[in-house]
Order: sequence, then structure tokens, then C-alpha cells
Amino acid sequence: MKLPLGTRNTLAEIGDISRFTARFFREWGGPRFEVQEFFRQCYMIGNRSLGLVGITGFILGLVMTIQSRPTMAQFGAEDWIPSMVSVSIIREIGPVVIALICAGKIGSGIGAELGSMKVTEQIDAMEVSGTNPFKYLVVTRVWATTFMVPLLVIFADVVAMYGSYLAVNIRGDTSLALFTQQFVDILAFSDVLPAFIKTFFFGFAIGIIGCYKGYTSNKGTEGVGLAANSAVVVASLMVFILDLLAVQITDLLGLT
Amino acid sequence: MESQQHRTDREVVLDVQHLSISFGDNHVLRDFNLQLYRGENLVVLGKSGSGKSVLIKCIIGLLKPDHGQIRVLGQDVIGMSKEELDRMRTRVGFLFQSNALYDSMTVRENLEFPLRRHGRDKSHSEVEALVMEALTNVGLPHTVDLMPSELSGGMRKRVALARTMILKPEIMLYDEPTTGLDPVTSREINDLILKVQQIYKTSSIIISHDMSSVFQTSNRIAVLIDGRCSAEGNYDQLTRNTDPAVQGFFQ
Ligand SMILES: Nc1ncnc2c1ncn2[C@@H]1O[C@H](COP(=O)(O)OP(=O)(O)OP(=O)(O)O)[C@@H](O)[C@H]1O
Ligand SMILES: [Mg+2]
Repeated sequence: MKLPLGTRNTLAEIGDISRFTARFFREWGGPRFEVQEFFRQCYMIGNRSLGLVGITGFILGLVMTIQSRPTMAQFGAEDWIPSMVSVSIIREIGPVVIALICAGKIGSGIGAELGSMKVTEQIDAMEVSGTNPFKYLVVTRVWATTFMVPLLVIFADVVAMYGSYLAVNIRGDTSLALFTQQFVDILAFSDVLPAFIKTFFFGFAIGIIGCYKGYTSNKGTEGVGLAANSAVVVASLMVFILDLLAVQITDLLGLT
Repeated sequence: MESQQHRTDREVVLDVQHLSISFGDNHVLRDFNLQLYRGENLVVLGKSGSGKSVLIKCIIGLLKPDHGQIRVLGQDVIGMSKEELDRMRTRVGFLFQSNALYDSMTVRENLEFPLRRHGRDKSHSEVEALVMEALTNVGLPHTVDLMPSELSGGMRKRVALARTMILKPEIMLYDEPTTGLDPVTSREINDLILKVQQIYKTSSIIISHDMSSVFQTSNRIAVLIDGRCSAEGNYDQLTRNTDPAVQGFFQ
């Protein structure tokens, strides 16, 4: 029996990505780790996404709060708004939305950058100059996204809290200290930890997919655009798949 | 017969034997043979898409041929380990068709890049001196702090040449060094190639289909047609060649 072409291509791609990931774990550290390039990438990734992530977090907090007010008011539970917004943002919406934003911003950036380096033979040139391009380009970027995406999520969570505080104060009057206390007190360790851990996996997936798409992009300038585009699509899909897995695992471990 | 005798007493620095490589059904090189002698400029002539870039990428170890043997400076390239390849690549320079300058780095960082690995014993001032020497050789010392995007096509080619020459290789592989440049700039690049040959006694393979630069730079020419070396000789000999496919280049 022959599988349809689309299915076969998808399976082939999954195989290729797995092989690429395996190569990352073969070359992930060691004596020739490019420390300087790693920190440069961390700086670039964090710096370039900070504004976007901040705005997204702010709007997220604001909108969640404003929208939940009517429902909460029906039950006379307006005092619970900060706690409710806190749990939904920190546990689920914050990590996923920020990871999706990062997939768009960082994933496409890496895909396009490595794609154009491939097309203009810069990757071959590194190889010829005695520098392992996989270590120099891929390993540093994947580690950088793995560490920077969680930091960006934490940053967005904090900004979202202020957004929410502002929204609460449109109609009410709460002091920042009281609001913060309500926002934080409701969070149990079992809320924060799984949410925090999964952001590392989101960051890793965004880095690996962006690098894979760029590093293996085909010849030609249209390959660069394609690499950037499909990096975003596949990385976003990966974020949802990982989120699904994370929910199942935390459920199994009884951390809900 | 006489030229045959003349050749045997010269040292072969690069020897390609029975080289074959295919991508799927596309048989790019089939039983290709080539020798490069010390100190000569050998031009490889061929149509676009005939596999010239593939040939020199096999020589530098970026592509693995299906069959055949490549010996560079007496060593077999195909069986080389990563370390041996790195060592061989310090002695063989490669000028990419697309220059391959690193977009995100300044000209100085571009030139320092090959020294990251192969010049780690050098001090900061020695590296700086090497960078300036290489840039001065190509006449562009003032561009040291510019980005590649701020340079013209001809300047980029010269910076790429400087980056390749910084390790003072014994063999140079030039992939279409003058394609896409105006005649005046082409002549400047050709002069640089001749200067490299004279000053550093480099042996070079130059890939080209720009006949005026072939005339200017070549000591010997090999014509690559249908994956084989179908004719070879100096410029004068090949202009008298009767094969129509070869004649096509010399009209
Ligand atoms: N990595 C690769 N994978 C698949 N096919 C390739 C690859 N590299 C080259 N080819 C094919 O090999 C053939 C020769 O390519 P090559 O780049 O060597 O041509 P060329 O002689 O350098 O041409 P040009 O003068 O245009 O640079 C082309 O048909 C090309 O499609
Ligand atoms: Mg070519």
C-alpha cells in the first residue's frame, strides 16, 4: 500500500527534524562550545523581542480582566478577579501566547538568517575556515532560545499583572500592594512549576525548528522566504503539541 | 610529446582521478581527471551548470564524490578525518562564487574568522597586522570597519579574496572570480590573481567562462564538457582545437 504524497512528505520531515535534533544532542556542548556567540544570541533574541512581548503581556492582562468582570460580577465575585486572571495567565495563556509570539518573531528570524547564510554559501565558508557551523550557528541559537523564552514569559507575566491592575482600577479602586497580594497568593507551587518548565521546551522547539528550516533550506532566494515561513508554522504547531503533552503529564502527576 | 616530457618533471600538487558524482539522476561529473602543477594557474572552463563548482567543492571536501580519488598535496581527501580536513583546508584557499562574506560581521571580523581556529597562537596585534596586510594587498585598507552590505560587488570580491589569502594558502581555488563584474573591475581582480601567483608562488584552479580573464590569467586550460575533461592545453592550443564544443568558448 502506498501512502499519499502529503503524508509521506510529512513523515519524511518528522524524520529529518528528529535526526537534526539528535545531531544537536551529539554536538550540544563540549570543549568547542561557542560561549561568546551564545551570549550574543541571548542578547539579540531577548532584546529584539522584549518590546513585542511586553506589549502582548500588557494587553493580555488588560483584556482578560475587562472581559472577566461581567461574568464575575454576576456571581458577586469581583474580588476574585485578580486571582482568576492570575491563574489563567500564569498557568496557561501566558506561556502559550508568548511562545506563539516568539515562534513568529524569533523562529522566523532564525529561519531567514540561517536560510540566507545557506544560500549565499556562508555556512560552507565557515566549514572551510575550520569552524563547525553546526556548533557555531545551531547549538548557540537553540540554547539561547531555550533560556530566553522562559525569561520572556516571566517578563510578560509581570507586565500582564500590571495590565490587569490597571484594568481593575478602571472601575474599582485597589491598591497595588493588595492587588499584587491577591494575584500572587492564589498561585500554588504546582501551578507555577509545570508552567515554568514547559516554557523551556517551547523555547527549545522554537530554536530547533527555526534552525532546522534555515540550515537545511534549499538553494535559491525563494528558499529563504519559505524557510522563514514554514519555521513559524511548524514552531507554532509544536508549541500546541508540547502544551497538550504538558497538560497530560501534569494531569498524570496529579499537579492540577 | 615534448610537452609531455616537460610536464613529468614538475610537481603535481593536486591530482583528481576518475571523479564521479551524481545528484539523483543528474550525473554531474563522470570519470573526470585533472592535475594541477606547482605554481601554475589552471583555468577550468565549462558551461553554466556543467559541474565546475561541484568539482572544486569535492576537492575541498564539502561534497563527497561517488567514485574516484582526489589527492591534495600528497594526501587523499576522501578518507580524511575532520581534523585532517581542517588541516588540509589551511593550505587550500577557496574563493566562493557568491563571496560568502558573513553579513552580520564587519570586514575585520570577517577576516579574523579563519584565524579563530587556525591562528589561536597569535597575539591580538599579530592578528591585526595580518588583517591589515591582507586588506592592503587587495587595496581596501579603509574598509576595515564597514559591513559587507556597505561594499560594492567588486569590493566584496576583493574582501573575500583577502579573507581567503589571510592563511597564505599554497593552493587557491577561485570559483568564477570575475563573473558579474564590469571589465575594468574584472581586470583588477585578474591582476590580483596574477599578483597572488607571483608573490606567494600559489598554484591555482580558476573557474571561469569569461574569456578575456581566461586569456589574461591562464597558464593552462581544461575544458569540462559532459562531466569529463574533454580538452586541455594552453590558450593558443585550444583556439586551434577542432571540437565544436570546445570552439564554442573561443569565438
Ligand atoms: N547540493 C546539490 N544538490 C543537488 N544538485 C546539485 C547540488 N549542487 C549542484 N547540483 C547540480 O549540479 C549541477 C552543476 O552545478 P554547479 O553549481 O557545479 O554548476 P556550475 O558549473 O558551477 O555552474 P555556474 O557557472 O552557473 O556556477 C547543476 O545541475 C546543479 O543543479
Ligand atoms: Mg558555479
